[in-house]
Amino acid sequence: MGNLSWGFILLVFSAFFLNLDAFELRKGQKTERISGSAGDVLEDDPVGRLKVFVYELPSKYNKKILQKDPRCLNHMFAAEIYMHRFLLSSPVRTLNPEEADWFYTPVYTTCDLTPNGLPLPFKSPRMMRSAIQLISSNWPYWNRTEGADHFFIVPHDFGACFHYQEEKAIERGILPLLQRATLVQTFGQRNHVCLKEGSITVPPYAPPQKMQSHLIPPSIPRSIFVYFRGLFYDVGNDPEGGYYARGARAAVWENFKDNPLFDISTEHPTTYYEDMQRAVFCLCPLGWAPWSPRLVEAVIFGCIPVIIADDIVLPFADAIPWEDIGVYVDEKDVPNLDTILTSIPTEVILRKQRLLANPSMKQAMLFPHPAQPGDAFHQILNGLARKLPHDKTVYLRKGEKVLNWTAGPLADLKPW
Amino acid sequence: MKLQALQQSYANRGRSNSLRGQSPLDSGMDGGGAVKSPAGIFWLILHCLCCLISLVLGFRFSRLVFYLLFSTSSINNLYTSTTTSFGSATDIAESLSFTTSLRRLSPPVVNTTSAVTSRVVVGRHGIRIRPWPHPDPVEVMKAHKIIEAVQREQKVQYGIKSPRTLIAITPTYVRTFQALHLTGLMHTLMNLPYEVVWIVVEAGGATNETAALLEKSKLQIKHIGFEKKMPIFWEARHKMESQMRLRALRVVREEKLDGIVMFADDSNMHSLELFDEIQNVEWIGAVSIGIIAHSSRSDEEDPFEVHQTMDEEDETKSPLPVQGPACNSSDRLIGWHTFNSVIYKGKKANYIGDMAIVLPRKLEWSGFVMNSRLVWEEAEFRPDWIKDLDMVLAGDGDDDIESPLSLVKDASMVEPLGRCGKKVMLWWLRAEARADSKFPSRWIIDPPLDMTVPAKRTPWPDAPPELPSDTQKVSGSTTQENTEKRATKTRTPKSRRSSRGKRKHESRNADARVSARHSGERIKL
Repeated sequence: MGNLSWGFILLVFSAFFLNLDAFELRKGQKTERISGSAGDVLEDDPVGRLKVFVYELPSKYNKKILQKDPRCLNHMFAAEIYMHRFLLSSPVRTLNPEEADWFYTPVYTTCDLTPNGLPLPFKSPRMMRSAIQLISSNWPYWNRTEGADHFFIVPHDFGACFHYQEEKAIERGILPLLQRATLVQTFGQRNHVCLKEGSITVPPYAPPQKMQSHLIPPSIPRSIFVYFRGLFYDVGNDPEGGYYARGARAAVWENFKDNPLFDISTEHPTTYYEDMQRAVFCLCPLGWAPWSPRLVEAVIFGCIPVIIADDIVLPFADAIPWEDIGVYVDEKDVPNLDTILTSIPTEVILRKQRLLANPSMKQAMLFPHPAQPGDAFHQILNGLARKLPHDKTVYLRKGEKVLNWTAGPLADLKPW
Repeated sequence: MKLQALQQSYANRGRSNSLRGQSPLDSGMDGGGAVKSPAGIFWLILHCLCCLISLVLGFRFSRLVFYLLFSTSSINNLYTSTTTSFGSATDIAESLSFTTSLRRLSPPVVNTTSAVTSRVVVGRHGIRIRPWPHPDPVEVMKAHKIIEAVQREQKVQYGIKSPRTLIAITPTYVRTFQALHLTGLMHTLMNLPYEVVWIVVEAGGATNETAALLEKSKLQIKHIGFEKKMPIFWEARHKMESQMRLRALRVVREEKLDGIVMFADDSNMHSLELFDEIQNVEWIGAVSIGIIAHSSRSDEEDPFEVHQTMDEEDETKSPLPVQGPACNSSDRLIGWHTFNSVIYKGKKANYIGDMAIVLPRKLEWSGFVMNSRLVWEEAEFRPDWIKDLDMVLAGDGDDDIESPLSLVKDASMVEPLGRCGKKVMLWWLRAEARADSKFPSRWIIDPPLDMTVPAKRTPWPDAPPELPSDTQKVSGSTTQENTEKRATKTRTPKSRRSSRGKRKHESRNADARVSARHSGERIKL
């Protein structure tokens, strides 16, 4: 009798596990689970793992700026605005600052646009400084830790260095007041002044509806080998080449302009998104800054990104294993790009495509509104949650001061 | 796109600021207001002078001066060499200007240890070009293999999961346009990634002509002869084609072929997407056919007359040249689009080769596809709303059914394919030559034509002007021959232009007397 019941239990168990395996296999045929160095964390839910308190700043720091120029909602730096809106209505928000793990300051520093639509960063340091002065005088939480449990979204070209030109940005360095805060930025380059230890890199904003509306059926065969549309020489600012993209884009053009495998040009076709879906590899070289929305587009459209930017830190680098998904090419190896790409074994290419087809991967790159589970907003919160609990050294003793409020160029110290 | 423009004009703005600012003499002023002080004017003049010198020399002179004046001996380990393909002078200047900029940058960085500083340097780099910047054929081949592998994987992932055999039924008969139509259909079927069984039913019995044509394909073909000749009138031809298709269905029934039956008329044009779409059929499905009602220009009637009547009578309902299923907004089959042949009353072709519009029937066979199990004998394979094939035929008596709809008891069970008929993947066209038109058997010209046109340099002994008069006589005689021999199908060499008497051709037909007459005249040698 005992044997019979054991046998029955064993049978049930085996059936259960076999079924489970079959299910996983079927799922695994099309896509693969993505696990980065932090583990299998793309699908984690941050709700319940952290609490964020949103400071109530006067509207001159956010709403009025947006009202002055609503173009800020569509450019690639719009993540700061959408993050604010997401946090205001998210379940991780708490109205009680005593129980908050992280503090968010909604200041839109990249919304001062030229007539052409490009952000000018000259007033951003002053704006940020003024906001920090406000929160440090009206709430005690800044002084408690000197900003170590605060996070800021700085999606501009070189993050919190607040300049579009690399040399100037390096000269300025990160704003001194933000030395202890966590920065959420699009810029990422290893061993660079403007990337602080413990920053969270995020993808630039790309309009999700626009991309979804250009999807074509996945059964359409991919017939383009390498695809790229964009500038190779920035004729206005760097006519001889060599400065723009550290010469990498120009090298791509000079070496491969007559190669039939490389569909590269400076045109602006209306079928740009559809063409990406018909390509196997999409080049994502650096420009004036190492990051670009091309990475987001390549991931959404299932085209393997070929990243040509030395030492770049890609979005959510601890959650997404970019080496398994994309192809890294050193800038010095650009003349051999065709050899590099054709020598990748077929199984590796198919695996990369399977990883790209994973819907959680695509979700993680987007900033949809309203927010959806697994999207970039949630990945940012996951990243913040992974930094918890705060180290004891974060909390300063009474009277201890670390930040230098008068550091930085003189022009930045003027009130905003 | 927009983003590129943004970046471009943005960098424009940025760089123009910076280019002004990068000259070491002006580093202080970043777009500030111009100060008209003596010092300012002095710096301005110096700056202009340096610019002029740079223009003459060809490189950034000011940086070189700065470096030579202010450099110290320590060049820190941030200096990395760049390989360039430029000339040596610019080389030196660049690498020098590069270290100059580094020097200016070093103050903020020098506090940290050298391990933290980036190996990526800011400044000007060279554009690396390999010695032979052109495609390598080996790489191209490898890339094509990769693309093929990717496409195969795509097909496996997103294409049809378990493709069924395609059973294509084609009625045909030997005529001038047979080779044209059948070659097209044959190549379409050869290009499919599916298994194909091609049942070709030939009116007038299975001939070697058709067999030779079919042999060229590597398909599995069942060539069946139908012992009646194809009639000349279109009505009768349509009827006979239906009978031939039924004959083929009987073969499917007897041999128990398993797969999807489609009716591929030899003169139709199929798109490859059609074959992917019909794999979705469960029992019986309908697709939309584009009707290309071919209207040839005729002398008797004004070709525009048709259009005028159309405008007057049917402004609201233009003839939709598509035959197929019609659906309502929830994608359910509610009816059929048929070809509106009312407007063509009296103007349609009656016999093959008639110079008028050839119209399709109400619903063409080729718009229907069905599971081959529908025609099997055993009733357990098919659903209740399908009639048995034998019973349908017995009931009609004359072995003819208009369209496969007669096989179903309930026409609403037909599945509309191709996005509910919105996608046209197949076109119906009936272009035929006259029934008595001649063509060489198997389109092989044997014996070779005797028409010889002299090459420009070949020295013919006879004078060229004789050639035109000669042809006149020849063509005149051959038209007479043609009228005599209209009934025969075999090819008769029309004209025999004499080969200048150099060769005497043995004529193999009744034209011998005519040709002998000519060759008799021409033999001079």
